[in-house]
Amino acid sequence: MRNILRHRLMWPATALVALIVVNTIASANFLKITVNDGELYGALIDILRNSAPLMLVALGMTIVIATRGIDLSVGAVMAVSGAVALQFIAGSADPTAVGTVAIAVVIAVLVALVLGAWNGFLVSVLGIQPIIATLVLMLAGRGAALLVTEGKITTVNSAPLKFLGTGYAVALPVAFLIAAAAVVAVALVERRTALGVLTESVGINPEASRLAGVRSRGIVWGAYAVSGVLAGIAGIIYAANTSAADANNAGQFIELYAILAVVLGGTSLMGGKFSIAGTVIGVFIIQTLNSTILFVGIPPAQAPVFFAVVVVIVVVAQSPRIRGLFGRLTARRDRAAKAEVAS
Amino acid sequence: MTATLTREETSSSPTSRLSTFVGRHSSMMPTFAALGILVLLFIGGEAFLRGDFVTPRTISNLLLDNAYLLVLAVGMTFVILTGGIDLSVGSVMAFTGILGARMLAEGTPAWVAVPVMLLGGAVIGLMIGILVQYFNVQPFIASLAGLFLGRGLAYVVSLSSIKVEDPAILWLQSTRIRLGDFFITPTGIIALLTLAAAAFVLQFTRFGRTIYAIGGSEASARLMGLKVARAKLLAYVISGTCAGLAGLLITAYSGAGYPRNGVGTELDAIAAVVIGGTILTGGRGYVLGSMVGVFVYGTIKTIISFMGAEQAWMQIIVGALLLVFIVVQRAIVAKAEPTR
Repeated sequence: MRNILRHRLMWPATALVALIVVNTIASANFLKITVNDGELYGALIDILRNSAPLMLVALGMTIVIATRGIDLSVGAVMAVSGAVALQFIAGSADPTAVGTVAIAVVIAVLVALVLGAWNGFLVSVLGIQPIIATLVLMLAGRGAALLVTEGKITTVNSAPLKFLGTGYAVALPVAFLIAAAAVVAVALVERRTALGVLTESVGINPEASRLAGVRSRGIVWGAYAVSGVLAGIAGIIYAANTSAADANNAGQFIELYAILAVVLGGTSLMGGKFSIAGTVIGVFIIQTLNSTILFVGIPPAQAPVFFAVVVVIVVVAQSPRIRGLFGRLTARRDRAAKAEVAS
Repeated sequence: MTATLTREETSSSPTSRLSTFVGRHSSMMPTFAALGILVLLFIGGEAFLRGDFVTPRTISNLLLDNAYLLVLAVGMTFVILTGGIDLSVGSVMAFTGILGARMLAEGTPAWVAVPVMLLGGAVIGLMIGILVQYFNVQPFIASLAGLFLGRGLAYVVSLSSIKVEDPAILWLQSTRIRLGDFFITPTGIIALLTLAAAAFVLQFTRFGRTIYAIGGSEASARLMGLKVARAKLLAYVISGTCAGLAGLLITAYSGAGYPRNGVGTELDAIAAVVIGGTILTGGRGYVLGSMVGVFVYGTIKTIISFMGAEQAWMQIIVGALLLVFIVVQRAIVAKAEPTR
């Protein structure tokens, strides 16, 4: 029992379950999943589908934060990748062909990779603070996306693209399957090879791990590149959802929500130990809270107040001061229990 | 070949004097660089726009249009000097702006509404400071909570914009005090007074020097017996109060409170502070540099709107400029470090 209580995913998981319980009490339909033509529908499925872009971005953010960095540019990268993909499709001869969409996706992901590598270059080679290095792209990227779309909202009518955003495969939303595949792939690479341990060592002490022979430069660089690619995929899914590339609003604030998801999942912003499962739970907490807020009838614009409250509760609960308080309480109880046994 | 050699020799003494100067005042160099860029921008603007750019009108408008950003950058400088960051300022500005507008619309007199606006900013700043100082929350995350809170509260106050008709608030913007061909509005005077007060506090008071000491090394500052906790808390309260004041200025400027005001303005403020030569790791920088940074930002914006180019270029140019400055800073810090 104590092991379960002390598990680091205990608090995030409790919060998620609590949110789902509150929603179910508010409306019994919340948990209901209906099957229609072999495709699943329901509030929970909506949460799975809508969480896909945030999931991809938060996944990359987890790796970057593990190296003691941060990537503020993900929202801008999303905007650029969505703009590039849709602009290519709109300008092509046959926007509905699968091949066109495939090429567009490859080009957009490559552009995102270049942007991520650029961030990695600034951080790992030039040694610029991650916040400010990625701030450059956060500011400039959105401008670049606006130039790509020529200041308009590019819309396309392409079935294969729409499939990425709202389609279904094996009874589940395609967007969710893409995000899930990315989570599995990253988790396998990080946890079934030494890469995860090396990433954590770089995050805990970059200098010591370099002296110990870890190629920290390559690992940090790679982390930003991965974050860029995942943000690029997220940008395509986001654009596919509405079949439109909106350079101003695509991925707005997503960097903040992604960082929040990572922190909710128990990964410290100081780098080092990271938890992919924690991030997944964090993303679901945010997405469920978002649906809850909409569901209760609060204007979406006022939702940030609730996120602020959640952030404050979580960070205060995780702070050394409160942990110390809890630690002392349990220690006293332990001593009292022992004293009882002894007498 | 020989000619270049002799020229190098003859110029060696002023060069060495220059390098000594650079070495002694290395922390001022980024600020001088920003000043250089500002002058270049003025010259460039004048050249491109055929003498229509550097006019008393443009320069006066520069302060008028960017008064709120100047106040935000002043507050941000305090926080960044301690090695922290405050992401909340844009949304706190929106919150206090709309709060003030609503209070005035409901008949609250200006002398009550204005202090309430400042207090609102200060309270959010205090919350961030407490999280940072007493709960060891990273400034980034603590102020992120402040960002969400401010933005959400702004929409709680009102979902749409509220017009301000209070004569005292409108007076702040509409009065033009003439100084020859130049003019200044009360909002501009407020911004400059804030700047002067901040410069004085940072250079000449114990609190100001403590801020620099914390940015240099928090542990050392604490071991020296400086009141680190109080100074850090105050830095965030000052930044919050400045955001509250900026809310007043932007409400006066636009004649209305609007809950969508200042989305992304925190990044503009941070960019202005960094361009002005304050180093994000803290301990080095000048609030006057932040003013130069704000003017660089404002001048780029003016040039772009004069040229009729797309606003997208604004973001790209500011991003590129930010990059140039951080690379320059990085080089300066790397150079200065071994000698310290």
